[in-house]
Amino acid sequence: MATETHSTEAAAEGSSLVFHPMDQFIVKPLFGDGPVGMFTITNVTLWMALSVVAILLLLVVGTSRRAIVPSRSQSIAELAYGFVYKMVEDVAGKDGLRYFPYIMTLFMFILMANMLGLIPMAFTTTSHIAVTAVMAVAVFLSVTIIGFWKNGFGFLSLFWISSAPLVLRPILAIIEIISYFVRPVSHSIRLAGNMMAGHAVIKVFAAFAALLAISPFAILAITAIYALELLVAFIQAYVFAILTCVYLKDALHPHH
Amino acid sequence: MATETHAPVSSCVDSHGGAIGMPQLCPDWMGNQIFWLVVTLVVIFFILSKIALPRIASVLAERQGTITNDIAAAEELKQKAVEAEEAYNKALADARAEAGRIIAEAKAEMQAEVDAEIAKADAEIAAKSAESEKAISEIRAGALEAVKDVAKDTAKEIVAAMGGKADARSITAAINERMKG
Repeated sequence: MATETHSTEAAAEGSSLVFHPMDQFIVKPLFGDGPVGMFTITNVTLWMALSVVAILLLLVVGTSRRAIVPSRSQSIAELAYGFVYKMVEDVAGKDGLRYFPYIMTLFMFILMANMLGLIPMAFTTTSHIAVTAVMAVAVFLSVTIIGFWKNGFGFLSLFWISSAPLVLRPILAIIEIISYFVRPVSHSIRLAGNMMAGHAVIKVFAAFAALLAISPFAILAITAIYALELLVAFIQAYVFAILTCVYLKDALHPHH
Repeated sequence: MATETHAPVSSCVDSHGGAIGMPQLCPDWMGNQIFWLVVTLVVIFFILSKIALPRIASVLAERQGTITNDIAAAEELKQKAVEAEEAYNKALADARAEAGRIIAEAKAEMQAEVDAEIAKADAEIAAKSAESEKAISEIRAGALEAVKDVAKDTAKEIVAAMGGKADARSITAAINERMKG
């Protein structure tokens, strides 16, 4: 986080307020100071690996006893499984269950990355557009390919709303097509934006905590926002997964 | 953590190690992030699809099976209990019916005996009363004769005492006449 540098800098400037809310999002190499290449092991690598470890602990180690009467960790793993499974089944339908492992992968990764990002001094991988955009574009391309593969050109009926009056249909089709191509944008920016905003706000309040007069309020605010961020961390993972299910439903059943 | 380098590390980090603009939009890092993201997602996908999800699915299926079996067993036991109760009730009803039958039989037997005794007693009473009637009528007839004789004799004596002379035939006729009245 380069906090030492900032404090010395702040001292030099003689100011007690230091706002560097975006520094927490800097990608830097874990070993050495070299430039960040494609395969450099960075803090991104570390925190993504930690999310893999967390998933491994919860879903593999936690269920290793395969108990009929589950332990706590096994209950949570089963809860996560049932939660996503039911979501896919309810939203995308029975034939959407083929894609359940993919959606589960996305959900568990986002959930764990969001939660781990809330650890103080942590790096939040999902706060980066590059990360969320890759996932959103992957979802967009996948559902588009699935849509054409399953329905052929019948997939285009997604944009032709047969329940609307004939006059309105071309207009609606244009709107539908625009909204279809905006999907990956909103899908990725929603997640990254939520993560970035929450962490930046916490950082701003943390800077205010340096002022003696308002530090109790600032710490209280950090606590409150932290609680909110815990909720947001879960909800954003849920929203990402359920939107993926909705898009999948459109691909599998394009007829309104 | 803190880098003491004062030369710009990249176009996104200033000489103090602070961020220039939004680090999210820094193109220098995107390749790195995308590469590690793809690695991470592939690893997670294989962990989930090869180990975690089949395991959890089998545990859930096994539990569902156990619960179904237990419910079926409970249902069976309940059925058995119902059957046992039915058998018990049936035995009870049978016993009641048997008891009723025995009571009715005993009553009928007793009634028949009583009836027979009564009939016998009636017959005896009838015989006795017929006998008595006969005896009474005999006594009555005997008494009537005796009264006639006494009356005849008395009447003869009275007539003789009066100084009259009465023949037996007229006296008897007179007495018969009187006794009729």
